[in-house]
Amino acid sequence: MKALRNYIDKIKPQFQKGGRFEMFHSTFDAFETFLFVPNTVTSKGSHIRDSIDLKRTMSMVIIALIPAMLFGMWNVGYQHVLSIGASWNFWETFWYGFFKVLPLILVSYGVGLSIEFAFAQSRGHEVNEGFLVSGLLVPLIMPVDVPLWMLAIATAFAVIIGKEVFGGTGYNVFNPALLARAFLFFAYPSHMSGDKVWIAGLTSGKDVVDGFSGATPLAKAAAYQIDKMPSAYDMFMGFIPGSVGETSKLAILIGAVFLIITGIGSWKIMVSVFGGGLAAGLLFNAFAVNPYMEIPAWQHFIMGGFAFGAVFMATDPVSASHTELGKWIYGFLVGFLALLVRVLNPAYPEGMMLAILFMNVFAPLIDYYVVEANIKRRLKRAKKVANS
Amino acid sequence: MEHLINIFVKSAFIDNMVFAYFLGMCSFLAVSKTVKTSIGLGIAVIFVMAITVPVNYLMNKYLLLPGALKWLDPEFANLDLSFLSFIMFIAVIASIVQLVEMVVEKFSPSLYNALGIFLPLIAVNCAILGGSLFMQEREYETLSEATVFGLGSGVGWFLAIVSIAAIRERLKYSDIPKPLRGLGIAFILTGLMGIAFMSFMGIKL
Repeated sequence: MKALRNYIDKIKPQFQKGGRFEMFHSTFDAFETFLFVPNTVTSKGSHIRDSIDLKRTMSMVIIALIPAMLFGMWNVGYQHVLSIGASWNFWETFWYGFFKVLPLILVSYGVGLSIEFAFAQSRGHEVNEGFLVSGLLVPLIMPVDVPLWMLAIATAFAVIIGKEVFGGTGYNVFNPALLARAFLFFAYPSHMSGDKVWIAGLTSGKDVVDGFSGATPLAKAAAYQIDKMPSAYDMFMGFIPGSVGETSKLAILIGAVFLIITGIGSWKIMVSVFGGGLAAGLLFNAFAVNPYMEIPAWQHFIMGGFAFGAVFMATDPVSASHTELGKWIYGFLVGFLALLVRVLNPAYPEGMMLAILFMNVFAPLIDYYVVEANIKRRLKRAKKVANS
Repeated sequence: MEHLINIFVKSAFIDNMVFAYFLGMCSFLAVSKTVKTSIGLGIAVIFVMAITVPVNYLMNKYLLLPGALKWLDPEFANLDLSFLSFIMFIAVIASIVQLVEMVVEKFSPSLYNALGIFLPLIAVNCAILGGSLFMQEREYETLSEATVFGLGSGVGWFLAIVSIAAIRERLKYSDIPKPLRGLGIAFILTGLMGIAFMSFMGIKL
């Protein structure tokens, strides 16, 4: 450690003003602060008042994502084994999935970070750390068979149009990872939905065991095949087809607990998202007109990306509501809308992505009214004190 | 009743004037700098729409459609005046906008000043003419349907402009690249908001 510190200190002058590599200042800075906590205080841009810096905050989220990622890798292999009817041992299954998911992660990081570095260089500010999380979230919410060039385009779109044009990390209005997914969802729908994309190797038309269907529980529910849905235990543990990271609710729960304990994810948003989902689910149960509406409200939580979105996407501190009361309203509406889209909209099997994007639009408005209400209330209080 | 609620939700969210048809963009982009003025303009649009669409519905039904003039004289049963609908609708809209303008000037001079030229320009706001033309095209059957449709479209436009205004107020603190400041970022924002509003596309009510 000490040797590395010394080495960095030794080459540092070359990257500072007047040095030989002055133009690579922000690149150097990015690596230095990634390795060591900087002893300077952030002076501009987005920052939080805390003893840890933005990079360390982002690393915490990545740690929280690791269980979901590892399980996702194993599950990719497991679903593949099911589809070809073979029997592999644990490590064979895991390595198969690992080598399927790894390229996705590499492409997402490679494209996103190179754009981030290019922008930071040309605009002369620090490299934004936000992409450390977005870059891992993007592969986790994609179907495993998504072509790599599509992933690259979507990542570039999300980073440039979704984030850099607004000024970089901390200024974006929409969650970049969700924007990447929405971009692919509307631009290449055949690669993002259907029964085949969720399992590795199915789209290339390899031999598939008779009777095997790659349909996700959501697709089955939307087709009213409620009896064919996997058991609640399977859906909770994650032995189901789906996007890479979203299947195991257990792994997501571990991540959620970690985020709440470290105080990085807002528990208010998580709780209110589930509250909103429950409210919508109970409403559907009360006025059920088709089999999809009749399934128990809690079962929606373990289907599809609801839990993943609630824990990792809706809690994005930048695009969510910033005020405390606003967080409750925002979360509730996310959960409610997600189920609304899921059940009522036959065009989209999953509603979480669009619900969060939709509420990202309204989060500033919610904040605006919460702030206005606070101002009014305090004025009233001040007047009361002044009059008495 | 349920039928009317469906029309309202459909016109406000699914067939949103701004994000589904991209109508009324000029004032949507120009007046959405602060939440306060955009609420003023939004309410004016709701008001104008909720009045013009039913009035134009009556015009359409009793003056323009083939055989609509029968109530005047049985001789006119074969008369088809629907080629006049554009001019008729615009005339109705322009006169009602005049009315709104006078009301706003009387009761809220500050809002009148903030809205500036865009208040009289509501008369040529394509969202409002669009509302009347959609009403004609979709053949709403009763006056209440047309009223609810006008109200819903107005509310949809109101939501769109107020939400983008709140976002743009927040963007004031953003470090946006110089060439994109102002309208540039508003255009990008509108497109991204359109993606978010696509969540409702395809819902059948």
